Amino acid sequence: MANTLQFDLVSPERKLASVQATEVQIPGTDGDMSAMEGHAPTITTMRPGILKVVAAQGTQAFVVTGGFAEITASGVTVLAERAIPVEDLSGHILDELVEEARGLLAIAPVEQKDAVEKTLADLLALRNHAAH
Amino acid sequence: MPNLKDLKNRIGSVRNTRKITKAMQMVAAAKLRRAQEAAMAGRPYAERMNAVIAGLASAASGSDSAPRLLAGTGAERVHLLVVMTAERGLCGGFNTTIVRLARARANELLAQGKVVKILTVGKKGREQMRRDLGEHFVGHVDLSDVKRVGYANAHQIARDVLGRYDAGEFDVATIFFNRFQSVISQIPTAQQIIPARPVGEAVSALYDYEPSEEAILADLLPRGVATQIFTALLENGASEQGARMSAMDNATRNAGDMINRLTIQYNRSRQAAITKELIEIISGAEAL
Repeated sequence: MANTLQFDLVSPERKLASVQATEVQIPGTDGDMSAMEGHAPTITTMRPGILKVVAAQGTQAFVVTGGFAEITASGVTVLAERAIPVEDLSGHILDELVEEARGLLAIAPVEQKDAVEKTLADLLALRNHAAH
Repeated sequence: MPNLKDLKNRIGSVRNTRKITKAMQMVAAAKLRRAQEAAMAGRPYAERMNAVIAGLASAASGSDSAPRLLAGTGAERVHLLVVMTAERGLCGGFNTTIVRLARARANELLAQGKVVKILTVGKKGREQMRRDLGEHFVGHVDLSDVKRVGYANAHQIARDVLGRYDAGEFDVATIFFNRFQSVISQIPTAQQIIPARPVGEAVSALYDYEPSEEAILADLLPRGVATQIFTALLENGASEQGARMSAMDNATRNAGDMINRLTIQYNRSRQAAITKELIEIISGAEAL
């Protein structure tokens, strides 16, 4: 049995998950990473993507739309504005998110345009991924 | 002396009022519990967020490249006051205390020659401030259709505020709300959100940052603003229900006292009428 770390997923409204996990896969802005016990303390922002938690009870996956993750040697805390368990996910929700990102793109100031475009692209990729 | 029928009607109407205030008190109690739970559930997120921002901010505040949300615009001329009140009345001094604090602050700033802009959240505060500070209003957020305040609402307000900041409409933003202490005590609070004043303890451990510290900070600060607004909304929600509950408790008790007083008066008048009639009958019989 591998060593575990404490995984917490919190949204502004409530705590969504709190489990002992062996591995947490995080969609970081600069690339995906897996955090396991003893990971160097890191803070990373997240792009829209799939957050995967491997625990003894099984693997849970969440779709997150951004936020950040705080990794220490003994735990991972993910602060996500919106996190949806993959099982509850439907194309409908993703379409809504894509629409929202498009709306944001239309009003975003020039210097933020790149970031919003990237978010939109990530969301589209996620939707295509979910469709298959 | 009011006649018996009037008194009876009066007692009936006070009794109805008591029924209503009692019902409102119980509804407020139920809502208060939910609001408190929501406030509790939102706490871990806000705490982590504030801690991380505080850690990053203390490192970045010295440098010249600090984001505008942290460093400010370099001026302190235009102040935006975000006044958060309830959508409904009948909650004791809840709205008044917030408005009083905001008004004092606005007058103080005006006396210093600063420009004041007011964004109201909740219509009660708007109504109360319209008369003397109405010309400073720049916007209003209506939450009367919202049954349960969610992060989406806070996000919307934050986007509005940040948009105005990016457009250079103000230099400093402060939110006014009631911090929930207990059912009988809510503390009107003013909290500066822009430029960000990190609250809470900084994360002490040394972290690797991915991407760079500045990029994370720039990403987090707007979220921090939304989080603070959300926390304020939740605190306000709990405070409102708490204030309403104790106000309605008082009203129920007062109505009870009033009923007792009126009942005594009613009984006395009735007795007086009976005595009078008896005297009339007896003196009439004696006169025969």
